[in-house]
Amino acid sequence: MIDIKNISKTFGDRMVLQGISGEFKPGDTSLIIGTSGTGKSVLLKCMIGLVKPDAGEVLYDGRNFLTGNDEDIKNIRREMGVLFQGSALFDSKSVRDNVRFPLDMLTGMSSSEKDDRVQVCLQRVGLEEAADLMPSEISGGMKKRVGIARAIVMNPKYLFCDEPNSGLDPLTSIKIDQLIREITDEFKITTVVITHDMNSMMEIGEKIMFLSQGKKLWEGNSDSLTHSDVKELNEFVYANKLLRKE
Amino acid sequence: MSRLGRYFIFLGSLFRNREKFRVYLGLVVDECMAIGVGSIFIVALVSSFIGAVTCVQTAYNLDNPFVPQSIIALIVRDSTILELAPTITAIVLAGKVGSNIASQLGTMRITEQIDALEVMGINSSSYLVLPKVIASLLMFPLLVIMAAFLSILGGYLAGTLAGVISPNDYAAGLRLEYKPFGVTFSLIKTVVFAFLISTISAFQGFNVTGGALEVGSASTSAVTNSCIAVVAADFILTQLLLTE
Repeated sequence: MIDIKNISKTFGDRMVLQGISGEFKPGDTSLIIGTSGTGKSVLLKCMIGLVKPDAGEVLYDGRNFLTGNDEDIKNIRREMGVLFQGSALFDSKSVRDNVRFPLDMLTGMSSSEKDDRVQVCLQRVGLEEAADLMPSEISGGMKKRVGIARAIVMNPKYLFCDEPNSGLDPLTSIKIDQLIREITDEFKITTVVITHDMNSMMEIGEKIMFLSQGKKLWEGNSDSLTHSDVKELNEFVYANKLLRKE
Repeated sequence: MSRLGRYFIFLGSLFRNREKFRVYLGLVVDECMAIGVGSIFIVALVSSFIGAVTCVQTAYNLDNPFVPQSIIALIVRDSTILELAPTITAIVLAGKVGSNIASQLGTMRITEQIDALEVMGINSSSYLVLPKVIASLLMFPLLVIMAAFLSILGGYLAGTLAGVISPNDYAAGLRLEYKPFGVTFSLIKTVVFAFLISTISAFQGFNVTGGALEVGSASTSAVTNSCIAVVAADFILTQLLLTE
């Protein structure tokens, strides 16, 4: 379980996060939603250690990620998988080598064990045929799937996805959402997804946290999302013409 | 000053939480190919012409019949070994290698590839930058040795073909009052230049924030800052090592 407590972050004189707290449970796909510039990605970066919050705690199964010793932090990092918004694949490495990279760097597995593990992960995301291609030779949706394969290759306990649908067509978006959902259920991972995609919210939002101007204004699930009395959330949800009540 | 402080902190980060030696070995070989082998053509071309021009211009300025022609070769040799080979090569490499390092790291930064390394618990600066620094320290001296040889050869070819010096006088001039410390001095300068160019360029690229525009700016800053550092270090090292 991931437990965040009173996370605050200021850049210059701009307060980006104001005392955000929440729990993310194993086997759940938890969504952090909100309009652009509301602090979602900064919160995610605080959770994965790329940005140090000014105040607050991030606990991974009770282990403090911000104040723990180097060994604890290293261990927690090895239990994390992250899918970045732009996939963040290494340009100079093939799809296979991108997925294999964490195994090469962080494990003492034999070469054949690594090959087997990479094969399993690529099969899981349906990309075994593209293993020898370079990132520049594959589509945006495929890059996301390679990113997911790389994120799960170390058997993570925690999976973070930063806007996994950005730049994708609706059909591919749904496939990526389904893949994230299936992987979360299959491996009982604690998954946190940053998104502002309404389809994702309705499809995979077992737990949803709504941020607005750095504050958590609402928490619930996809069923209660359209029935809230929070003005900012309703504006956000009903900005989509298909959901708008005329 | 704060930027200078951050540069030194960045240098310190290269040596903390390093990966295993075998990880760096392959990366250093790759970087040696990119930095060293990839720069041979431009360094060879520039140094040959610099030697040729130095020889012809020196001959033009030394038209006094009381000055022996072999002095032309001596001047080409000493100016090449002491200054032209290390400094001109360093400036050429600041343009080629420095901009490449800065733009490569800058692009990795804005496309979150560096973040991906950090999240895995890998020291990204050490993993990405240290092999480039080591490869530069290994390859720059080899390139400078090649540049010095080709510059002197270029001077010989230009001088003899233009008829400003005979082959025998050129050969005699090369052996005249030769001080071996000149080569040592040149290589010491080269190692310092290699370190400055690779680390300054890496620092510029590694700390890019923004997008493609900022990557371009970082690349430009890498080249200009490296060139400034090279000429400043050149002066300081000359003062330290060549003055009595």
